[in-house]
Amino acid sequence: MARYFTTEHEWIDVDGDVATVGITDYAQEQLGDIVFVDLPEDGAEIAKGKDAAVVESVKAASDVYSPVSGTVVEANAALQDDPALVNSDPEGEGWFFKLAIADESELAGLMDEAAYREFVANL
Amino acid sequence: MDDDLQPELLLLPLDGWHRRQGARMVPFAGYEMPIQYTGEGGGIVAEHHWTRTSAGLFDVSHMGQLVASGAGAGAALDALLPAHVSRLKPGRVRYSLLLAEDGGILDDLMVTNITEDDGEARYLLVVNGATKWDDIAYLREHLPDEVTLTHLDEQALLALQGPAADTVLRRLFPQLPENFVFMQSVAIRNEDTVLRVSRCGYTGEDGFELSVPADRAEALADLLVAQPEVRPAGLGARDSLRLEAGLPLYGHDMDASRDPVSADLGFALTKSRREQGGWTGHAACAAKIAGGVPERRVGLVLDGRLPAREGAVVYDGARPVGQVTSGGFSPTLGHPVAMAYVAADHAAAGTPVEVEVRGKRLPATVAPLPFVPHRYHRGH
Repeated sequence: MARYFTTEHEWIDVDGDVATVGITDYAQEQLGDIVFVDLPEDGAEIAKGKDAAVVESVKAASDVYSPVSGTVVEANAALQDDPALVNSDPEGEGWFFKLAIADESELAGLMDEAAYREFVANL
Repeated sequence: MDDDLQPELLLLPLDGWHRRQGARMVPFAGYEMPIQYTGEGGGIVAEHHWTRTSAGLFDVSHMGQLVASGAGAGAALDALLPAHVSRLKPGRVRYSLLLAEDGGILDDLMVTNITEDDGEARYLLVVNGATKWDDIAYLREHLPDEVTLTHLDEQALLALQGPAADTVLRRLFPQLPENFVFMQSVAIRNEDTVLRVSRCGYTGEDGFELSVPADRAEALADLLVAQPEVRPAGLGARDSLRLEAGLPLYGHDMDASRDPVSADLGFALTKSRREQGGWTGHAACAAKIAGGVPERRVGLVLDGRLPAREGAVVYDGARPVGQVTSGGFSPTLGHPVAMAYVAADHAAAGTPVEVEVRGKRLPATVAPLPFVPHRYHRGH
């Protein structure tokens, strides 16, 4: 399984033709205390780079973009009851949604973990 | 946006201090200001709870501190403000409004009589940071020549807010008067510095605002956060605290298109002055009191966890009946709350409405303000 990152601080785990998407530890730290996550519906068609979810922190609402295009196959139901999972375990239990990837070639432009850590270090 | 198109941001006297405390700085009211602190005890929710249970230290030095002085200063302010300034005793603070002739709110402010024993009349006006330059221009134009307006731009303003604020301040400044209640103000001498302490704030908690020379602000901030009850708190917590306390924010919950009657700020229109008039905006406000207003500022309590933010439309079925002017998640209550202007026939507490957020209709109920009861120290 390979994990990629975007410059918008999303991560994407690719397992076959299904991808799991969430936001990075850096992103949750910037957003602060998360009180609600507005997730896409199962079956929603999402285009690369378009808003797929909205994270509500105490201070503001922030869009989360999909790293690749695809069809939503599952949203993380655990976030409905415990949105703070995004703060406590952003790159694990705090995942947002799973997608059936429409076009694997879109993965080519994403960063690997080392490249993302370097990107964050230079912000 | 090009960097060179951004207006230059001003720095607070405590800028370096905030950064050393781990603040995340953001532009607000023309200044770089701490929105929250990082590290242990940091974060908006932690700072919010700390203020409600102990004491938070806020830097509000972006606000304008103005002094109107001279023999006719009280009467001159009476002509502008709906408060009875000339009747305000030394050491007393009032909430008031700067109004246009049509009743539109130009700013909200605190006015304090800071006249010293047998000295010339002096009134301190503390106005919003984002509006202070317009306020100064307005006051210079409308105050008579014999009243001098001075901008205390070398003074910082710190707010110590929360149930432990009184204990902390009395430990550090035992010279504070014993009988000192909400909306009173006193100047105390501390070594070679004069500190103006006013018992008021913007969180709904007991607390104080401390006006201090800018070059002494850092020493005071250090002294305060060295007390175990005190932690720094940023703009983020200030906003969630004032929202819970039902306190409107200028530029959001009121502006020149809103009047005090619609904004539910009738308490700022002193009763005797409502009848007598003689202040800018009186005729417009009197007409609105007598004839009613089409919309009113109310509280909304939302079901679920999704907050409604500024701009969200309030509905009764298909009919739009209002708009949210500020909203967020209440850390104290654990659910979203908002302030909104709604049609007068929907302003009664208990009225069920819906708020639209990203195409979803969220059930909500009109609720009395404040959402979290005030805990001001009003004496015994």
